[in-house]
Amino acid sequence: MDYRATQAFRTNLVRVLRTLRDSIFRRGKATSDRARSQAIFQNFYWHIHSVRVHRYTLRPVFTWGLGAFSFAFFAILCLTGILLMVYYKPSVSLAYDSIKDLHYVVPTGRFIRNLHRWAAHGMVVAVILHMARVFYTGSYRKPREFNWLLGMTLLVLTLGLSFTGYLLPWDQLGYWATVIGSNIAGSPREVTDVLGITPYFDPGAVIRQVLLGSNSIGEEALIRFYLLHVIVLPLALGAIVSVHFWRIRKDGGLSRPEHADPPPPEQEVFRPNKTYGLMALVKGKTPAVDREPENTLPSWPYLLLAELAVLMLAVAVSMVLAYHFDAPLKEPANPAVPENPAKAPWYFLGVQELVSYSAFMGGIGIPLICLIGLALIPYLDRERGTTGVWFDGKGGLKVAAWSLVYSALVVVGILFVAIRYGWLRNWFPAIPQWVIILVNPGTVLVLAFALWSVAVMRTKNSTRLAAIALFTCFLVGFTILTYVATIHRGPNWEFFWTKGDWPIY
Amino acid sequence: MPPKRFEDPLPRRDFLGIAAMGSVVVTMSTALIGVLRLPKPAALPESASRFKIGFPDEFPPETHRKIEDRNVWIFRDALGFYAFSAICTHLGCVVTENDRVDSGGRVLSGPAPRGLDWLELSLAVDGSLMVDAGKTVNPGSRFNV
Repeated sequence: MDYRATQAFRTNLVRVLRTLRDSIFRRGKATSDRARSQAIFQNFYWHIHSVRVHRYTLRPVFTWGLGAFSFAFFAILCLTGILLMVYYKPSVSLAYDSIKDLHYVVPTGRFIRNLHRWAAHGMVVAVILHMARVFYTGSYRKPREFNWLLGMTLLVLTLGLSFTGYLLPWDQLGYWATVIGSNIAGSPREVTDVLGITPYFDPGAVIRQVLLGSNSIGEEALIRFYLLHVIVLPLALGAIVSVHFWRIRKDGGLSRPEHADPPPPEQEVFRPNKTYGLMALVKGKTPAVDREPENTLPSWPYLLLAELAVLMLAVAVSMVLAYHFDAPLKEPANPAVPENPAKAPWYFLGVQELVSYSAFMGGIGIPLICLIGLALIPYLDRERGTTGVWFDGKGGLKVAAWSLVYSALVVVGILFVAIRYGWLRNWFPAIPQWVIILVNPGTVLVLAFALWSVAVMRTKNSTRLAAIALFTCFLVGFTILTYVATIHRGPNWEFFWTKGDWPIY
Repeated sequence: MPPKRFEDPLPRRDFLGIAAMGSVVVTMSTALIGVLRLPKPAALPESASRFKIGFPDEFPPETHRKIEDRNVWIFRDALGFYAFSAICTHLGCVVTENDRVDSGGRVLSGPAPRGLDWLELSLAVDGSLMVDAGKTVNPGSRFNV
């Protein structure tokens, strides 16, 4: 009898773990830089990284890891979100109770929900700061214009995700914030009313009905928001963020100034006819003589460790906050009794402050102007400055500082007038609505910022400095409006220095 | 050189190719628009917007009363009955007695783009007053029994 098959079977059985491992990791253990480079290059999940990364990219003070932080928070949100879906029931009669169960009954439910909440805050903060970093280092310049656009899309998706998530607990807070949000979506009616065409053409009502599935917020709205929150928007964000990462590689890695690389050799040693890419290990056609081959490091371990550190920090921050501060849950939603004040999440409060002057301009017009303006930056400023340096050096920093002073004065000044003396309707009660739509604190701010930017462009003769001026104004306006609306707005959206001054009804 | 008998600005193969691509674009976009029609509801899942509020003589002259669970104000003055919605036209908050509107629902201050919506009143078969929160009437119009 020949027992070779049995013998082979026995050997295979003993070795099965090893052969399984070898079938997954085709190259075996990576023990050299070359092997690690190959791993990055040939691994489906890691090939989104380049094999080598420039030393300049790894300097923490250049990126502050903000893009990685955004993605780390997104990863936390996906994981905790799936866990929350195990118990959450998107139905008007069950939603509130299922959140309560999560909070009080489900093991670790409260902690997971808090984590989800804090990671969401973290993601919004990281995304906004990441946008500011990319802007101030001039990293939107050619060839990275399109990646800036993708980033804008991701910003909108991030805000959309947080807006749709707000309603799901079906408590007073989310319900009334969504009433406000959906009425902003319906506010084009202000314009159609002015034009007198609302009975025939009412885009506001169409948007509202598609969003809510009804004229009021109920079962239909809840299931639609749920669908957007857990499927549509996360899938869209995942797809676009993949392209966002991929474009970083294809656009030549993160931006860096020319001086980050040693100057090319003055005299070429010899010029070969054929070049070998060698997985980005060697660049250019001339062999390097008398200098470091490249100013780069292998992504494994340097970049991967940096990313891991960012992930750990994001997890740590979320966990500490989630442990100490609970996500809010108010009374069950009651359509008859409004929350007063009904406040949106903090990152929408700047918009809500503008909405308190004109729903359409504050909620749709000005945000659209801001988004379009931001998106156009890389196409309107085509200067080839010192890319990859904060503020393009001293000149930009000076413009940014003066813009900060100017915009802070303008915003505080206009808010002071509006809060202390009221606005046009208080002075001229019969004023037609179209004047309010066109002239309100929000539009005045936009105009003041635009004029400042144009003035900088003319005096400094630079589109980049004009962009720095405008972007700084935008950030300062966003920050001050958000602050005032968060801290100083009370019932009926009136101004109070502290919450202790709120009237008691 | 004899003149070309037949100028062909668009070769036949190109025409077929363009026609094919065109039909793809038209078909797919029509299909997409058709499919996207789904989220816009045809029937709104809401309770009836018309409701009875009581008999006319329950509202003596100079009445002003809020129907709390319906968010509607009912008034009766020398000219007749009128009703307006308590839902603010700014962002849909519920207007209370001490808010910034007058007894005609006109905006006194604040960001509301227009006055409160005046609602249609009618008489039900049993003789009670009926409000239709889904139908607006011109501000200032009155309903007389």
